[in-house]
Amino acid sequence: MNAHAGKNAPVLRNIQGNAACALGAIAAGCRFYAGYPITPSSEIAEKMAAELPKVGGTFIQMEDEIGSMAATIGASLGGVKAMTATSGPGFSLKQENLGYAAITETPCVIVNVMRGGPSTGMPTRPAQGDIMQARWGTHGDHPVIVLAPHTVREIYEETIRAFNLAEALRVPVVVLFDEIIGHLVETVELAQPAPEELTERKWATGPREEYLPYAAEEDMIPAMARPGDGYRAHTTGLTHDERGFPTQDPQKVTAFMDRLLGKLERHHDLIERNELVDTDDADVLILAIGTPARAAKSAIRELRAEGVKAGLFRPVTLWPFPAEAFRAVATGKKAVIVPEMNMGQLVLEAEQLAPEGVAIRGLNRYDGEAITPAMIVKAVKENVA
Amino acid sequence: MNEIRVTSADKFDIRDWLRTELMPHFMCPGCGHGIALRALLWACHELGIDKDKLAIVSGIGCSGRTGAYIDANTFHTTHGRPLAFATGLKLARPDLTVIVITGDGDSLAIGGNHLIHACRRNLDITCMMLNNEVYGMTGGQVSPTTSAQRYTTTTPAGNMEPVFDACRLAEGAGASFVGREATLQIPTLKDLLKEAIAHEGFSFVEVISDCTEIFGRKNALGSSPEMVLKQKKVMIPERSDNRIAQPFRPNPFPTGVFVRQERPEYGAAYRQMCERVQKGGKGR
Ligand SMILES: Cc1ncc(C[n+]2csc(CCOP(=O)(O)OP(=O)(O)O)c2C)c(N)n1
Ligand code: SF4
Ligand SMILES: [Mg+2]
Repeated sequence: MNAHAGKNAPVLRNIQGNAACALGAIAAGCRFYAGYPITPSSEIAEKMAAELPKVGGTFIQMEDEIGSMAATIGASLGGVKAMTATSGPGFSLKQENLGYAAITETPCVIVNVMRGGPSTGMPTRPAQGDIMQARWGTHGDHPVIVLAPHTVREIYEETIRAFNLAEALRVPVVVLFDEIIGHLVETVELAQPAPEELTERKWATGPREEYLPYAAEEDMIPAMARPGDGYRAHTTGLTHDERGFPTQDPQKVTAFMDRLLGKLERHHDLIERNELVDTDDADVLILAIGTPARAAKSAIRELRAEGVKAGLFRPVTLWPFPAEAFRAVATGKKAVIVPEMNMGQLVLEAEQLAPEGVAIRGLNRYDGEAITPAMIVKAVKENVA
Repeated sequence: MNEIRVTSADKFDIRDWLRTELMPHFMCPGCGHGIALRALLWACHELGIDKDKLAIVSGIGCSGRTGAYIDANTFHTTHGRPLAFATGLKLARPDLTVIVITGDGDSLAIGGNHLIHACRRNLDITCMMLNNEVYGMTGGQVSPTTSAQRYTTTTPAGNMEPVFDACRLAEGAGASFVGREATLQIPTLKDLLKEAIAHEGFSFVEVISDCTEIFGRKNALGSSPEMVLKQKKVMIPERSDNRIAQPFRPNPFPTGVFVRQERPEYGAAYRQMCERVQKGGKGR
């Protein structure tokens, strides 16, 4: 027998980004999917509809995206890992209940395959117009993690990581990529993660009388009550105290909000992930995610062949934005170029964090086409002098 | 043998079902929602439901706020969405008894889409809709069930929109159990809710409640008992023998069970399909 054969043996296959997302979810232990068809994300739903029954999971096509987000959270409240996927118009509709997941600290994964916007926009064209919505889409201060994979393989891996983070930190996690990567077919190895690589949420144990649903220890993550385990807990989207019941007591509200937002800061090391390409000696830095990051990698090779030193800083975890790491890498550079398929969103983050003397230059495309390596090469050359 | 045995353990004591530590509750004196809550818990008691396996999913409104007082697994969700949350919960956890508490605004206005699809899908969920003809929680605005000419804060000249008949809507959308009762007859309401919960499939129960404090006051409908007695005058009890049409009264509403139908429960059907797939079939 082949030494690599067996349950965890990697399988090499040609696969589309959206399908890799579905398979990553199943590999992560996702056993519930609720969605509503929308281009360019529908393949995720279709794959989940076919795959979930095989593993005893449940797929449901809901009446709209509000309902699919609600059903996803409902399943997770029941103790099952759950996901939904969509694109811009549906992502807008999901915001209402995404906030509910944030305040009730219900783990869930929301995939947004970005297309041109606003509104119905350009359904089949790629864009990155939801970078800010992914962070600030729902009302009120709220925690959310956004992962931004740039290859098919990374979609698979980051979808698994999305579930792990959601479970570990009891937070909604958005997986954000553009249409090009969603529909891109690449030859990849999809390794089944070992059980110890998968995170399960912390369930309440111990006597009911001592259980406080929203009390947390030093790790700031409260243990969740699984319905049926005898805790008979209350879950509400109203601001609540440690018992889980509504409160407007200023002290309790402050403590709750501090923990709700603070838990991401506390687990910063677990969340943050960046890719640095040739940054050390670079004169010009490129800050990019998704398709523009792919273009940046080709541009860097081309530029370096001509003796122009460029590097790439790619936040794989887009939000919370890796402020310190970015500042450290950007310090001393002549300029930071921010290529993005929108009218300037990621660039705002760079401008806010720009170290002294470093010029920040946006490079935008919003015509439904991809940012090309040539565009980046040109922009770098203009800024290297 | 024909004997009735009552043991004290069988006796319904609402305090066994409430989170008494949360008392006093928020409801205004005379609010019909509290009576509906009592009937619901009484029904659960008589059905012998295990509180640990009971999930109450509620929306936003005075109706939705009642859920928090129940000593069970309670989920107070978002406005209009409790049925969608309950759909995910029930599919993920078929072992739970899932009951949704919603209001007329919650289920017929903002949540109308979720309601019709929940009726159509026929998951084993019981939906108790507390119809008080008004948006109680937000201070008394018009709702899809506000009767003609009634005054609300957003219909200062009297309501001019036609009303929704929620039971006919549920029936048309395919609910396999549909019934309506007023808070006037608590044992009858309890029996209706019992049947609804025991029914395998989607059950829709409309409870004619009353918002004494806001709606009643604005329309000079009197105290809570007076409001309920006024309701009685326009009720047409479907189940009683002396069923009489009362065409001379405004907005008469029939009560009783309107639909009682055996139809495949969606969750069970889905799980059977999964088993076929796992055995190597196509699931068809
Ligand atoms: C999305 C959203 N819109 C509006 C509201 C404000 N709101 C809270 S309760 C309510 C109406 C509730 O009416 P109903 O469902 O009839 O319940 P009742 O209070 O009468 O029992 C509204 C509009 C909200 N909470 N969320
Ligand atoms: S406002 Fe109306 S519906 Fe709300 S508790 Fe008071 S009486 Fe009941
Ligand atoms: Mg109402």
